[in-house]
Amino acid sequence: MTAVIPRRRLAALPATPRYIAGRAGQALLALFGVVTIVFFALRLSGDPARLLVPEGATAADIARVRDRLGLNDSLWHQYTTFLGNAVHGNLGYSYVQNRPATDLLAERLPYTANLAVAALVLSLLFGVTVGTVTALRRGRWQERVLMPIVLAGQAMPAFWTGLLLVLVFSVGLRWLPSTGYDGPLSLLLPSVTLAALSAAAIARVTRAAMLEQLAQDYVRTARAKGAGTWRLVTRHLARNTAIPVLTVAALELANLLGGAVVTEVIFAWPGLGQLTVQSVEARDFPVVQAIVLLASAVYVVVNLATDLLYGVIDRRVAAGGGSA
Amino acid sequence: MNGRSRLTIPLVIVGLYVLLAVFAPLLSPDDPNAVALARRLLPPQAHHLMGTDALGRDVLSRVMYGTRVSLLVAAAAVVVAGVAGVALGMVAGWRGGWLGAVVMRIVDVVLSVPFFLLAVLVVAVLGPSLVNVVVCLAIVRWPRYARVAYSTTLQTRGRGFVRAATATGASGGWILARHVLPEVLPVAIVVGTLEFGLMVVYEASLSFLGLGVQPPTASWGSILSDGQQYIATAWWLATFPGLALFVLVLAVNLLGDAARDRLDPAKRATVTRRRFLRRPRTAEAPA
Repeated sequence: MTAVIPRRRLAALPATPRYIAGRAGQALLALFGVVTIVFFALRLSGDPARLLVPEGATAADIARVRDRLGLNDSLWHQYTTFLGNAVHGNLGYSYVQNRPATDLLAERLPYTANLAVAALVLSLLFGVTVGTVTALRRGRWQERVLMPIVLAGQAMPAFWTGLLLVLVFSVGLRWLPSTGYDGPLSLLLPSVTLAALSAAAIARVTRAAMLEQLAQDYVRTARAKGAGTWRLVTRHLARNTAIPVLTVAALELANLLGGAVVTEVIFAWPGLGQLTVQSVEARDFPVVQAIVLLASAVYVVVNLATDLLYGVIDRRVAAGGGSA
Repeated sequence: MNGRSRLTIPLVIVGLYVLLAVFAPLLSPDDPNAVALARRLLPPQAHHLMGTDALGRDVLSRVMYGTRVSLLVAAAAVVVAGVAGVALGMVAGWRGGWLGAVVMRIVDVVLSVPFFLLAVLVVAVLGPSLVNVVVCLAIVRWPRYARVAYSTTLQTRGRGFVRAATATGASGGWILARHVLPEVLPVAIVVGTLEFGLMVVYEASLSFLGLGVQPPTASWGSILSDGQQYIATAWWLATFPGLALFVLVLAVNLLGDAARDRLDPAKRATVTRRRFLRRPRTAEAPA
């Protein structure tokens, strides 16, 4: 932990083009795997043509629809066509809405991104503050009050938090709109719902990292030199605890972007989560594929970006040494 | 909380849930599926402590029966995912080479799709039912166990007792079962405990979206979904099943934390089985 890294070794930065290229290659491979598995799994899941034709349609009608959608071609042919188009940014047309899947995604993405970013900001504010306070005031009343809240937050499933918030603030107090999107006020309840779980996770990681750092020698040295708590936290502890906190926050962000499914359904939020449920129910293959591809891409990119950020925050990581 | 009550209180709570699930037919005041439109959407009262739903069914009875679904699905999901993940992870770690590479790449692929999105997708492919929810959760979560089994096996592979066993001519399967598994198991059990609460939440979430256990079978998620529909008039539908779920998940999480603290800090892989089973004398592990 406290080993001095010789200056020479800074040459071994993981943030070199070669390292980045290697990681990006791995990421692409993972995405390719995801797309392939999803493609074949969806085709096993049922016939979308049956859901598209009106009630009482003849077998010939269904066959015509299948033909139009290209579902009569061999699986291999469908797969290679899909991959060829995907490389050119064409993810196919929605079976249900007859529009490019990418258009549908572009329409929904801003809502989900809005929600995810708001939730992440809230959860970082709350999580880091609570984690720091409970670590610094270990064994005092602050810890005894806040830790049960964190534990409770972790056991609250999103849909129950959401329902309770609606019950209290929309049905009971009539302060806030419960569903849909009109204006920034409607962002409040869904983002608090989403933030609750992430905030608890971030608080626990922050606390654990803080406790670990507080036991280090440099903290005692700084104290002895007369550093106050504020200076200690902002100057010394913040940087040293940033990596685990950032890792969890990145994972949470990726999950928020791709997985706000339940929260969006509760609040009728017109984002990607709702689109996912609708498209899966309608067997709208191209749209589902596009969503999964997007969500995984976000996940992979966020993780990659976090890895690269480590080196910026903590030079010991960049030097390939240290134990952070 | 001191060391002992940290374990016993959550254990008692989980035990009560298990009893409730097993004896639901004896304990529940009413048939959970008895439709009676004359008493629809009654608020909580002496005869219906948690009120009734839109079809006049007693919510308390439905919550009790819902415990069965939750515990059954979560336990089955943890066992199936755990066994599959540990087996694949151990073989990948032991054999290494192309087999290990392939298994661990698949782990990467599964882990690079957001969990819940993948769960929705898998249930949509398989069709909603109790068994399929278990299969789905197992497919989504086995990589968690595979990762820890893989790394623990890699670390154990080079240790003296394994090398000694190899030298005496023991077969790979024997060494894995006799020498490596005891190292992997405590870690896997901790992961499983921490996962259990998550599985309860996932099952409820899938049922909430209509992708889980199908009506009329009572499940906490599906009652909550009714609760959303009638949220303006029937607050009890949206609160009690959630409360039941919240207390269970909280207790299980506390158990998982306690179990993890016995293995941690940071040196999980080197902790031996005996130290996991027999608690060290110190009151709290050094931070």
